[in-house]
Amino acid sequence: MRAFLRRPIVRRFFMIGAAMAALEVMTGPPGSTEAPTAGFAGSFTQPSPFFGLFSTVRWVVFLFLAVVIWAIVTLWSIQGAAIKRSVTTVTAVPRAATQRKSVRRGLGVVLLIVALILPHVITDPFWQAAMVEQIAVYVLLAMGLNVVVGFAGLLDLGFVAFYAIGAYTTAWVTGALPTPPLFGVDLNPFFAIPIAIAIAMLSGVLLGAPTLRLRGDYLAIVTLGFGEIITIFANNLYGITGGSQGTGVIPHPSIDLGPLHYVWGLTPVPYYYLTIVFVVIFLIAFSLLEHSRVGRAWTAIREDEVAAESVGINPLKYKVMAFAIGASTAGFAGVVTASQSNNIFPSSFTLFFSINILVLVIFGGMGSIAGVVLGAVLIQTVSMYLLHSPPAGYQSADLYIYLGALLILMMIFRPVGVLPSRRRKREIGLAESGEGHMDEVLTGDTP
Amino acid sequence: MGAFGHYLASHFTTLQKEFWYLLVGGVANGFLYGMVAVGYTLVYGVLRLINFAHSEIFMSGGFAGYFLMKALVGTTVPSGLSSIGLIGLGIVAGGLVGALVATALERVAYRPLRKRNAPKLAYLISAIGASYFMFNLAGKEFGRYSVSVPQPYINHAVFHVFGAPVLMYDIIIFVSGLIMLFALDRIVATTKLGRSVRAVAQDAETASLMGVNIDRTIALTFVIGGALGGAAGFLFGLGTGVVYTMGFTPALKAFTAAVLGGIGNLRGAMIGGLLLGIVESLSVVFVQAAYIDVVAFGILVAVLLFRPTGILGERLGRAA
Repeated sequence: MRAFLRRPIVRRFFMIGAAMAALEVMTGPPGSTEAPTAGFAGSFTQPSPFFGLFSTVRWVVFLFLAVVIWAIVTLWSIQGAAIKRSVTTVTAVPRAATQRKSVRRGLGVVLLIVALILPHVITDPFWQAAMVEQIAVYVLLAMGLNVVVGFAGLLDLGFVAFYAIGAYTTAWVTGALPTPPLFGVDLNPFFAIPIAIAIAMLSGVLLGAPTLRLRGDYLAIVTLGFGEIITIFANNLYGITGGSQGTGVIPHPSIDLGPLHYVWGLTPVPYYYLTIVFVVIFLIAFSLLEHSRVGRAWTAIREDEVAAESVGINPLKYKVMAFAIGASTAGFAGVVTASQSNNIFPSSFTLFFSINILVLVIFGGMGSIAGVVLGAVLIQTVSMYLLHSPPAGYQSADLYIYLGALLILMMIFRPVGVLPSRRRKREIGLAESGEGHMDEVLTGDTP
Repeated sequence: MGAFGHYLASHFTTLQKEFWYLLVGGVANGFLYGMVAVGYTLVYGVLRLINFAHSEIFMSGGFAGYFLMKALVGTTVPSGLSSIGLIGLGIVAGGLVGALVATALERVAYRPLRKRNAPKLAYLISAIGASYFMFNLAGKEFGRYSVSVPQPYINHAVFHVFGAPVLMYDIIIFVSGLIMLFALDRIVATTKLGRSVRAVAQDAETASLMGVNIDRTIALTFVIGGALGGAAGFLFGLGTGVVYTMGFTPALKAFTAAVLGGIGNLRGAMIGGLLLGIVESLSVVFVQAAYIDVVAFGILVAVLLFRPTGILGERLGRAA
């Protein structure tokens, strides 16, 4: 019996079954403290259509799915190598083509054009707003966190703090806070951009300089705490931030240059184009950065900190730099959000936000700019779709359960992300085969 | 001097008046932090990483205790032996569920990565994912509102220390905390299991050559840490109520306690917990209650800056 249960094919079935049971509970009905078992029991016993064919109960559907997945996985384990080989032959030509610089650039331009005409194709107001607030801004944020997590290999769990700093700085200089504005006059949000970036960067340096010397896991928990602290301050400093009531009205940005007059108003589309412009600027800046001296230094530190130090790279300096660049990107995103949404509340700057951005980076592929952009667009679109037209029994807070599960699944099955950076893929592969010293790098185990 | 001196003087007067009252509450909190902190320290010892999902072990223990109390405590508040029995049962339930969740966590979020020799960043991310998954699932299954636990005892002042009442709740935490921490200390110091935990913490590879089953030891470390964390969750919930996000702040503080005492150092974690609980409680005199969490965070950053090895120093794999 024991030997039978230990056979890989049987074990696999039980593992897939357990995963399916978890999925069933995740997608099932909610419970409450009054009926704690209702959610679990309902997840299995509620009636459900069997792929539109006939009606049955949920566990039958999931058992069927488990069997199907088990069969596919088993088949793959037998035939996988052969299938992979044939797929590789078919994709070899396109793959070689996408690695050519000209093709990549062309693809980028095509995607940019698609992004530019998109608001004229999608005219649904929900989606137009979502494209700015939930997709374009999140692409920006994910690119910023990618510098910290992907390029420098540092886990920052308090990314929301810098976003909040950027947003509140905007409120400050535009005179929307109870405190008098920075320069005594209410400024246009455009002037908030350099100030917010500078303040976010400064707070990144102030938080990073002492903590980046430490092990990577300490950094993670310190940033986690910092994210919470910022919310506590925003909530309680009534005289400065307006407390939980939020800020006053933050004006929309406007341009007034000679013959050029334009005011960004309440409609999302102008903001969309404004954000796209900045996304492209950051995109170019970060890809230049990746291949610059600084980017190479990050790679060196990530791969072997001691070796990097021995060739004259100051790890702390470059780590702080990555941290500050990430922070300033978040600060900038904060400006966009604040000026677009008119007023901000401490309740929008929570741990959930930080984790959400982390998921985008991990899913897309740490260190791969294209991957991170793709990840952000995909995940945010799906989560917005779920919000817009939720399937039966879906509550908006369920999204976090899926995101948590996605993080675990990515780490187990594809830590490099869906569109990995070649360098990062190689590093993780080397570390797993026992070569390279990624462990010490990421956690800074050296005293 | 002037205004600031006056500020300090007036606050020190308050501190003198309130000292014993705050101390009692601080020690009670400190025991809870210590019980959670040993979970961090134990796992850190064998895996060299922070178990980011420990907060959810704490939360699950809280919920286990809540449902048990809800089922067992009737309309009249029990007293005497039945109170003791109920609290004992609650601790056992919290500990069991905590251990169970910790085991599942180790299986799902850690072991696959360990088998693949994954980089540590991967562990941290998968642990974050697990924590996020668990507390949000708890929110879905048990509702997202804070509920108070039916009280299995009468919370009266048992005796007074220099005029400050020591409540039944404090006594419960002192006694159960002392018993559990003492038992843990002895287990790690004297039993075969404790020896294997220490051996893995010192040098996992050599330990495996000496016949220590590393997988089993790591799993058992999670069980021990999870049991204490879950029991602490029950005790915490008894006083403050349970909600799906209840683990976050206490766990962050317990981690601070573990670092304060020296991560990997078992007695350090206990002492760090007590110290943090007391300092935090006394700081109420100087800062508004809303900023209490900021104090703990400040202590964490200060310790990491000035003495990252903690008060007693990092001691991996030694009996106390």
